[in-house]
Formats: sequence, C-alpha cells, structure tokens
Amino acid sequence: MATAVQTVERETYLNNGYGLKSWLLTKDHKRIAILYLISITGMFFVGGFFAMLIRLELLTPAGDLVSSDTYNKLFTMHGISMIFFFLIPSVPAVLGNFCIPLMVGAKDLAFPRLNLATWYIFNIGAAFALVSMIWGGVDTGWTFYTPFSTTYSNTHVVGTALGVFIAGFASIFTGLNFIVTIHRMRAPGMTWTRLPLFCWSNYAASIIMVLGTPVIAITILLVALERLLHIGVFNPALGGDPLLFQHLFWFYSHPAVYIMILPGMGVISEIVTCFARKRVFGYEFVALASIAIAVLGFLVWAHHMFVAGISVYAALVFSLLSYLVAIPSAVKIFNWTATLYKGSIRYDTPMLYAFGFIGLFTIGGLTGVFLASLGVDVHVTDTYFVVAHFHYVMVGGMVLAYMAGLHFWWPKITGKMYPEGWAKLSALFVFVGFNLTFFPQFILGYMGMPRRYHAYPPEFQVLNVLSTAGASVLAVGYVLPMIYFMWSLRYGEDAGPNPWNAVGLEWMTPSPPPTHNFDETPVVTWEAYDYEHQPEQEVPVGH
Amino acid sequence: MATSDIEIAEHALQHHFASMDQQRETATFGMWLFLVTEIMFFGGLFCAYLVYRATYYEAFVEGSQTMNIWLGATNTAVLICSSLTMALGVRCAQTDKRKMMIVLLIITMLFGLAFLGIKAVEYHEHWTNHQFPGSNFQFPEAEAAGVNPQNVQIYFSLYWAMTGLHALHMVIGVALVAWIVIAGARGLYSADYYAPVENVGLYWHFVDLVWIYLFPLLYLISKKHGG
Amino acid sequence: MWKNLPLFPEQASSLAAQVDGLYFFLVAVSAFFTLLIFVLVFVFAVKYRKSAHPKAEHIEGSLPLELTWTLIPLGITMIFFAWGALIYFQEARPPRGAMEVYAVGKQWMWKFEHETGQREINALHVPVNRDIKMIMSSQDVIHSFFVPAFRIKADVLPGRYTSTWFHPTKTGTYHLFCAEYCGTEHSGMIGEVVVMEPAAYQAWLANGGATGTMAANGKELFTQLGCATCHRLDTQGRGPNLMGLFGKSVQLEDGRTVRADENYIRESILNPQAKIVAGFKPIMPTFQGQVTEESLGALVSYVKSLSQPQQKAEGGAPQPAAANESN
Repeated sequence: MATAVQTVERETYLNNGYGLKSWLLTKDHKRIAILYLISITGMFFVGGFFAMLIRLELLTPAGDLVSSDTYNKLFTMHGISMIFFFLIPSVPAVLGNFCIPLMVGAKDLAFPRLNLATWYIFNIGAAFALVSMIWGGVDTGWTFYTPFSTTYSNTHVVGTALGVFIAGFASIFTGLNFIVTIHRMRAPGMTWTRLPLFCWSNYAASIIMVLGTPVIAITILLVALERLLHIGVFNPALGGDPLLFQHLFWFYSHPAVYIMILPGMGVISEIVTCFARKRVFGYEFVALASIAIAVLGFLVWAHHMFVAGISVYAALVFSLLSYLVAIPSAVKIFNWTATLYKGSIRYDTPMLYAFGFIGLFTIGGLTGVFLASLGVDVHVTDTYFVVAHFHYVMVGGMVLAYMAGLHFWWPKITGKMYPEGWAKLSALFVFVGFNLTFFPQFILGYMGMPRRYHAYPPEFQVLNVLSTAGASVLAVGYVLPMIYFMWSLRYGEDAGPNPWNAVGLEWMTPSPPPTHNFDETPVVTWEAYDYEHQPEQEVPVGH
Repeated sequence: MATSDIEIAEHALQHHFASMDQQRETATFGMWLFLVTEIMFFGGLFCAYLVYRATYYEAFVEGSQTMNIWLGATNTAVLICSSLTMALGVRCAQTDKRKMMIVLLIITMLFGLAFLGIKAVEYHEHWTNHQFPGSNFQFPEAEAAGVNPQNVQIYFSLYWAMTGLHALHMVIGVALVAWIVIAGARGLYSADYYAPVENVGLYWHFVDLVWIYLFPLLYLISKKHGG
Repeated sequence: MWKNLPLFPEQASSLAAQVDGLYFFLVAVSAFFTLLIFVLVFVFAVKYRKSAHPKAEHIEGSLPLELTWTLIPLGITMIFFAWGALIYFQEARPPRGAMEVYAVGKQWMWKFEHETGQREINALHVPVNRDIKMIMSSQDVIHSFFVPAFRIKADVLPGRYTSTWFHPTKTGTYHLFCAEYCGTEHSGMIGEVVVMEPAAYQAWLANGGATGTMAANGKELFTQLGCATCHRLDTQGRGPNLMGLFGKSVQLEDGRTVRADENYIRESILNPQAKIVAGFKPIMPTFQGQVTEESLGALVSYVKSLSQPQQKAEGGAPQPAAANESN
C-alpha cells in the first residue's frame, strides 16, 4: 500500500485550530472530553493527597500526625473530591463524551454547546469546593448528616455544599445530552440491539443522573439555607427531622453509586469482547441488566439507614430490594466470564485491568450482600467493613475500569500508543497495592473499628499498618500512568485507526479522528461485536 | 433584510444534524427530559412539605391563614392566561403569523411580570409581618391557636423555598420569552423553524403547572377562621 | 482466635453467635463464588489464550444458562435475607422485663443512668445473663451506640428516643464506640461495658453514689415543674391522668391512635401541641429548653412507674419502686 509522501498534515480534532480560545470555546465533544480529563485528573490527585495523609495518620493508634479537626476535614474532603469531582464524572465525561457520538455514528452529541457549558459548570463547582478546602476545609463527612452539618460544624459547609450543588448540574446536563443523543442521533442501521454495550451502560447511568441528581441538589440547598438562616427543616431542636435529611440524601446517593459503576461496566464489556475476539455472551441480558440496575437502584436507599431509627418493616422492605439489585450485577459478571470461554484471549493492558475488575468487583459486590443482610449490617455498618466494601467496588471496580478504558481508547484519542511494558507493570502495582490496602479493612470492620476514627485501640494497629503499606504501593500504580501517558504524547508509537483490530464505529475513523468524526455518515449493516466477520489484521509492533 | 424561509432554515440547521426534522425532534426531546429533571428538583421540596404537613397539620393550617387567597387566586388566573397566550404564540410561530406571535409573546411576558409583581407584594407583607424564617421570625398567633411557633416556621420555610424557587423559574421564563421575542422580531422563526418557540412554551407551561400545585397546597390548606 | 491477629471480636452476648453464624455462612458462600470466578477467569484466560486458541468460537448466549445464574443467586440471597431478618427481628424486640438503662450521648461522652439512680460516664456496668434495654437520646448531634462484642449498634438521635437491647453472656470488659461521626472528638467518644457476676453487680450498685432512683427523681421534677397541677393522680385534672397510661393506646383529637411509649411521653413534654388527647384542650405549655435530657429520662421513668404494679420485689428482681433510699 504505497502512499505518496504527505506534505499536508491530516486534519484531526487536535490540530483543527490552535490556541486557548479554540479549546475553551470548542463545541467538539472530543476536545471537551480532553478538557474534562484535565479537570478530573486534577481532582483525583487532590483526593489522593488527602487519602495519603489519612493513611499516614492511621499508621499509629494515637492521633499524632494531625489534629482531630484536621483529620475530620481530611476524610470529608477525600470523600467529596473523589465522589463528586472524580468518580461521578470520570467515565461519562471523559470516555463517554469522546466515544458515544463516534459509537453511534454521529458528528457530535445532541447539544454541543450544552456539553461545553457543563465543563464550565463542573469547574465552577470544583472551584467552590477547592476554595472551601483551602480556606479552612469542611468536616461534616461527605454525607453532611444533620444537625451536625447545619448547626454544629464550624467549617465551610455552605461553600462546599454550593460546590457540590453546582457540579450536580454538570452531571444532569451530561446525562440529558447522552440520553437524547442515543435516542435521536444514531446513524442509519444502528438499531438499539446493535448499540455497543458501552452506550447501553451510559444510557442507564444517564437515567439515574437525570432523575436522581436534582434531589440531592435541592437537599444540599436546604442544608445551606438552614445553616445560613437558622431555619429548622432538618434540625430537631427547631422541630425538624434529621431522618428526613437522610432519606432525601440517600435517595440520590445510593443511585449515585450506580452512576459511578455502570459506565465502568460498559467499558469492561467493550474490552472483554475485543480482547477475547468474540461477541459478549448474552448481549441482551447485559443490556437489560444495566437498565435493571438503574431502576432497582432507586428503590434501595434506606439500606444506609438500618440502624438510623427506621421502622422494622421499612428495614425489611429495603433489605429485600437490596438483594434484588445485586442480581443484575451478578448476571453481568457471569456473562463476561462466559465471554472468555472459547475466545482467543490477548493480555494487553486493558484486558488485564478488565480481569482485575471482574475479580475485585465480585468481591466488592458480594460484600454488599453482607451489608444487605439486616442481622450482619447492624454489626458492620459504620465500620471499616463498609469502607472496604465501597473501595472494592469503587476503586477495584470503577477506577480499574476507568484505567482500562483510558488505555483502550488512548490510541484513538491521541493517535499514540502508550508503552505496554510500563502499563502492565502499573496494572500489577495497582492490583497488589489495592488488595493490600483494602482487604485488611474487612477484618478491621468486623473486629469493630468504626469509620472516621482518628485514633483507635492498639489491637487494630497491625491491620492498619498493612493497609497503609498497600496504599503506598497503590500510589505508585497511579503515578506511573501519569508519567507514561504524558511521555507517549511525544514519544509514543503512532497508532493506526484500529490498533486493537476492534469492531465498532469509533475504530473506523482515523486516530485521532477528524473534527467531524466521519467523512461520510456510516450505514450500519452488522450486529454489535461482529468479531466473527472481522478480518485478521497485523497487530501493532510491541504487543 | 428580508430573508426567505428556506434560507432561515438552512442557516438554522446545526452541523451535527442531518435534517431540520431531526434537529427539531431532538431539541423538543431534550426540553421534555429537562422538565422531568425539574419535577425531581421541585419533588424534594414537595416531599418535605408532605412529611411536615402530616406531622404538624395544625401549625400548617395556622400558617396558611396568613396567605392572601385573593392575591393567590389572581396569580393563578394570571398564569393560566399567560399559558394560553403562550400556546397561541407557539401556534402563530408554526403558521407563520409573525406579528401576532410577537404580540402574544409580549402579552405572555406582561402576564409573567404581573405574577412576579403580585408575588412581590405578598412577599413584602410577609416580610414586614416577621414571617420570614430565621432569627427574626415571629408568629404571635401561635399561642392562641394552640400551635408551636417552631412548627409554623417550618411551614414558612417551605413556603418561601417553594414559591421562591418557582419565582426564580418565572424570572428565567420571562427572560427566555424576551429572547424569543427579540429573535422573532428579527425574523428568525418560520413555519420551517420554530422549535425554540415551542420549547420555551413547554418550559413556560411547566412553570405554570408547578404553581397550580403550589397554590392549593400552600394557600388552601383549610379555611379556619373565615378569610 | 490468634491472639496477635484476631479476626473477630469476642462473642459476649446471646446474639453474637447468631450474627457470627450468618456472617461465616456469607463468607463461605462469597468465598465459593469468588473462587469460582477467579478460577474460571484464570483457566479461560490461560486455556484460550491467543497462542493456544487462535480462533474464537462464536457463541451468542444461552437462555438456560442466563436463567440458572439469575435464579440460583436469587434463591441464595433470599436465604440470606430471611436469616438476617430473623436476627433483626430479635434485635428489634427487647424481651419483657428487661432491665432498662438510659443513655444520653453528647459531644463527646456517654452518660448513663440506671433506673436505680446510678450514674456513669463512659462506662456501663451491667450484670451478666440479664436482658438489658438501652433507652437513648442525644443532647446535640446524631451519635451511635456500638458494642462490637455484643454485635449491636443503634443510632442515638436528638429529639427522640431510640433503643436497643442485649443479653450479655460473658463477664468481662468490652469496647463501647460511638459509630456515627459527631465532630472533633468522635474517635474519643469511646468507653467500656463492664459485665459482672450478679453478686459483684449488686455490690457495685450498693457502693455507687446513687442520688435516688430515676423514678423518684422524676416524681420530684413532676412536682417542681408544675406538672402535677394539671395531671392530677387522684382525680381528673385539666390534663390526662397518667396513672396506668404507659404502654396503652391513646386516642387523639384528630382521630389518630398512638401508643404511649417513651417517645410519646417525651414529645408531649417538649412539643405538646403535636398530639392532643381526644377531649382535652391544647393548653399544655412546652417545656423545651427547661428540661435536660437527664430530667426527661427521669420524668419518663416516673410516668412508667405509674403503670407498674406496686408489688414487693421478690427474688431480687429490681423494680424502680424498690429503692427505699431516701432522697
């Protein structure tokens, strides 16, 4: 395939206009994805910094590294940064923004200017939160329970609450954009049953974003108003009900965890199918499971309140429903495992992260089942058992999925390959470091170590030391990709349009894609993940 | 300055859409979905209202006695009329009656401003009567009526929050209609391209609908002491 | 288990073994499925690696398999649900005749008061092999009463009583933690539960500086605060007669029927307008701001005592009215 020497550089979304203005006023979903990548990576390291201080403090039983007040601020700000400003936007705002229009065969999302607006909204929210953190911090826990947050805390609750409130709108409008795009912007022939599962997962997550986020918006606004005006909506001393706050808060915050994990599951579907070279086993079931998780996820919120003072009958109902929501997740795990059967499996980095996800999410999800069990939950709720559970699903699950997706689509986004050897090494650091950090916490929790404890009885020290050791290994696994991804931008091998020989519309454009995505609107005549008819291709050098 | 309708339409077609039809349907779908999020947003307040009304019913009755039913009813009528003129305005946009559309939209705006004006009068009265929650809240009628003033304060907290949020949406609505009026006056809309008018109309109807729930819930709880 | 690396706390209550039993069942089932997935993924990844299996076989799916791995987990989770629910029911229903201890949580300490009048801070002495019911409230923010050795936990709320109960089965000293984040010294709001042999407990009771039983203190407050003016015990006064009231159903003005439990008494003192008894006028003033949590506990204890039969204590079963300590 001889080509004439190119004297004109091919137009891509990256070189189509230089300068700050062309980026800050872009309407291109791919540039907006990069903008988001920068913002959330920044917030990830902010949250990680707080985590590091927490784990250092917990090396010793006494509270000797930082003061009690500082420690309380550390875990609060760690939670807020990670949940609202990293996990919730991560896959949707970066990978979803970049890939969804490409995957459905569109030129952009339905509302490009709204998309850009959400990035600004997100940053304004983050700014409020960061300023509050720098100016003295906030110490209510990311859960803002009343009346502590409304009446007793002496920290910057209102500033942080406003930051979360504002950032919520970015989430709502992103979800709205995705839903409308998937409904209305699919290329000819791209029927619902031919959609990549990444689109199904983001669609389900978007339903939650759109329906759930407004509720926490109004709740957090009421907390801010109560604090400013001393009204008594949630304060029992003024006739209010602190449990009403908890119900309203968890009505969003439980489905929020599915906002976080569903897009990650979508990534895993894309990766498993590509690196096993066969269609995801039970495609329809995986697609429907995503919708089931979104719907059932709205019905279980009070499982965070089993010991909070709700009635026995309410507890029974929510416990039962919580078991139901576990089933579709289990179905997905089984389907991904079955996809491997009689596949032709490659061990590229994205696939290694996917293997990690399948194992660690299984553990995390199963420990959720422990928490759904009323008798056990009474003992382990508000202990490190819960901390371990949610880190298994959020980090062992979600963050691994995000890393998998970054590595998988990096060649498409940048046109460059990352160095595979270093990537595999980092994945190993992440897997080992993660398990060492969080598995001991299950034991700590059952032993009775409560959450949010600055100092603890000496018998808990050995497990805490193991946990901190693991965290330092995990940190290496996060820093290395920062370095080699940046390195690859300059020195990485050129990736062709489809280095993984994957099936999907996004792999049928050049890497990086042109601004308008496709020279001609694609017409889809094949089923999703049609690896059966995908011709063999030389895999790029180095793999 | 006269631009043909087809030129308007071609100019209005955004680059990522294949046809005006697709663009219009997408925009309308987007607006409906946005209104669903608004239902959830107000929903949290309605939920708090339901819980506290059930718990402190007498206090809520007392609080609502201070509402001026005539002003509230007038405002309800104003909004319903404004929805009528809005709907007629959209119809004019669809049938290329440009001048009539502008007139109807301006009347809609005037109705909206009238609503806000009446609301301001009500707010002023409540404010001077110390019926704003916070450290200056006073409700001397509580003792005689046998209710806890703290519980009445919760009624007022919800009153100000719900009507305040609604008023904020009204202000945004008036601004949106103003934008449509200006764009319409410049000849941007026609039978081939009227989606923005339609979608602003949807928003306007929604805000009207929220008020139709707020009025009975806040003003008409129970007619205890005759007026 | 291993002294240096224990895996679970001591089993010091009647429920602990049950909770542990369910927990270990959960661990076993989870370990099974985790191992299953790990092994399958590992085996498939190796057996079907590209170099060994260059051509993937195209399998769409299998409805029987989907149904199997949906219904079997569903069945198993229902077992977890039922087992957990049974334990929870027990936890939610303190047995009749349980010894009651009032607890007040405040930033950042636990205050306990036994019905016999003993007060403690951050330590709770209880006899072994008795049912103990905690009646708890908070003076400020939400706290949570957590004793890992008993496997119990219950949030302690401001403005309301919550309760939990336990039946200690082993003497010893056990950790008490606050398990709901409550501010600066949340991790310092810890204490100990000291479970003693009955004789030792009686000795401790006798030694302690009791200031009258809670009910006796409550009776004093009842007079001091003027409650007795309207709530006369001899005839019908302006307020409902409280003799024999506790635990009974009460018909309210608005038609509702409620049970006269601790929370009802408490609310009637702090926010009397919330529930007016049928046939009475809403004239009771509120005592919010005039009574501390301890006083509320004493008043509740007193009202409870008005429902207890005035029998002589037999066999050492302590009754609130049994204390003859003059005060």
